[in-house]
Amino acid sequence: MQTVSSTTGVQISNTGSGYISARLSHNAMRHWNERLIETVLFLAAALSVLTTLGIVYILVSESIHFFARISIVDFLTDTQWTPLFDDAHFGIMVLVSGTLVSSLVALLVAIPVGTTIAIYLSEFAGSRVREIAKPILELLGGIPTIVYGYFALLVVTPILQWALPNLPGFSLLSAGFVMGIMIVPYIASLSEDAMRAVPMSLREGAYAMGSSRLYTAIHVVIPAALSGLAASYVLAVSRAVGETMILAVAAGMQPNLTWNPMEPAATITSYIVQVALGDLPHGSIGYQTIFAAGLTLLLITLMFNIVGQWLRAKYKENY
Amino acid sequence: MPNTTQERLKAEARGLNFFYNGGIQALKNINMPIYDNRVTALIGPSGCGKSTYLRSFNRMHDLYPGNRYEGEIRFYPDDTNLLAPEVDPIEVRMRVGMVFQKPNPFPKSIYENVAYGLRVRGERNRRMLDDKVEHALRGAALWDEVKDRLQDLASNLSGGQQQRLCIARALATDPELLLFDEPTSALDPIATGAIEELVHELKKRVTILIVTHNMQQAARVSDYTAYMFLGEMIEFGKTDEIFIKPKDRRTEDYITGRMG
Repeated sequence: MQTVSSTTGVQISNTGSGYISARLSHNAMRHWNERLIETVLFLAAALSVLTTLGIVYILVSESIHFFARISIVDFLTDTQWTPLFDDAHFGIMVLVSGTLVSSLVALLVAIPVGTTIAIYLSEFAGSRVREIAKPILELLGGIPTIVYGYFALLVVTPILQWALPNLPGFSLLSAGFVMGIMIVPYIASLSEDAMRAVPMSLREGAYAMGSSRLYTAIHVVIPAALSGLAASYVLAVSRAVGETMILAVAAGMQPNLTWNPMEPAATITSYIVQVALGDLPHGSIGYQTIFAAGLTLLLITLMFNIVGQWLRAKYKENY
Repeated sequence: MPNTTQERLKAEARGLNFFYNGGIQALKNINMPIYDNRVTALIGPSGCGKSTYLRSFNRMHDLYPGNRYEGEIRFYPDDTNLLAPEVDPIEVRMRVGMVFQKPNPFPKSIYENVAYGLRVRGERNRRMLDDKVEHALRGAALWDEVKDRLQDLASNLSGGQQQRLCIARALATDPELLLFDEPTSALDPIATGAIEELVHELKKRVTILIVTHNMQQAARVSDYTAYMFLGEMIEFGKTDEIFIKPKDRRTEDYITGRMG
């Protein structure tokens, strides 16, 4: 076996076997390091995917037991939800209606208010105001939802009752309204980010045409930031649909098929929290309703996410 | 000074100083006429203040806090001082259009881009809008290329077309003075040629002030040229004279390529 020592001191084997140069072995070490890091990163990513898959698996498998006993048609068309009564009915629309009505009320509050705040912060406020206002706004998002729930029940409901004397003590309106307040910071913050990302050159073009700040914001900045705005709205929908404590505290928990926000009603989430706190025997039909309701909630959220993705693709940043 | 007796003034800078936020002086005592229906080119090395000067004419500096003007830009025939604090920058921008370095079409259709300025001015009449949009697009030599797809998004156009769209957008509102800030620096030679031809054509309708880094471009398109250096106006004159026999040594060094 012949070896040639080069000027750099690296051993070069000309027989094809035996020696690995110092440089190459160093590379191999680095390669193993890379592999290790890659594996750790992959496991971290896999963990969240596996958790999601696990949740979906549990929801689906338990729901299969449920749908073996209750037909899907009854589930979707029955107008009563009384799973724990002797005369049990399983009409999920009862809970879906409460969820959708309260979410709608929340969005009617949060989207206009949040977008207005975003326009103000992005287009009108000076940098000092923005630096102070934005962290405070984001603090609102950190308040526990149970606090919001009691705020709805003890402060907002009496105020609303003063304006609407027929409003009951528990209502979708009051809970939805406070849920909207809770969501405002998400929309404001994300929308502001999207609007600030619009290049200054576009605004300068609009100002150079003689438009005012407000006209520029509405006719140039918002259309340019539309995909980001849509993303923030979809996130808001997901938050609203999945919100639990505010509704459990302030909307009442009796199942009620209604599209009237002035009535109390249970939502999917408040039903789940109510039943899960009780002592239902494992495997009973009541226990299985939790999973069927959870699956329904998951599908609703999934639907909104798909709509959100579609909106983002349709209105991708075109500047 | 060249013989300019037959020229009419459109605007005139008088003792113009400009300070950016923080007090850095970017323009030093600029005195310069802008003649009606003529193309005036501003040349000079990067950082000499030519864009700063250009952006003073439509008060773009007002968009950012802390900027300060001194002196006047008189605007004719009404002899208004564009920089006077009581003059609303929006009123100024209604009369002075601008085309930017990078094409910046709005995220709207071709039609709505051109109609933008008209809508800002409250125009609602559909026939009027249609007419003016077509007129502006013809003026910007873009009509034949886009007449069948006016509702397409402007971002689908090529870079050169986008820049002509921005020119059409500025033209649609019949500005009295049109500012061009290096309008061809992001374009290929063919698109550049089209824009230069357009500038030449447009001076029949509108007074033009153009910033350019390209000396050949200044020589090709302008009637008057001003050479700026370190915030000062070194020399102003007819383009032929500036390029053939500049009076100032610094101008000569710059246009012959010894400096900048």
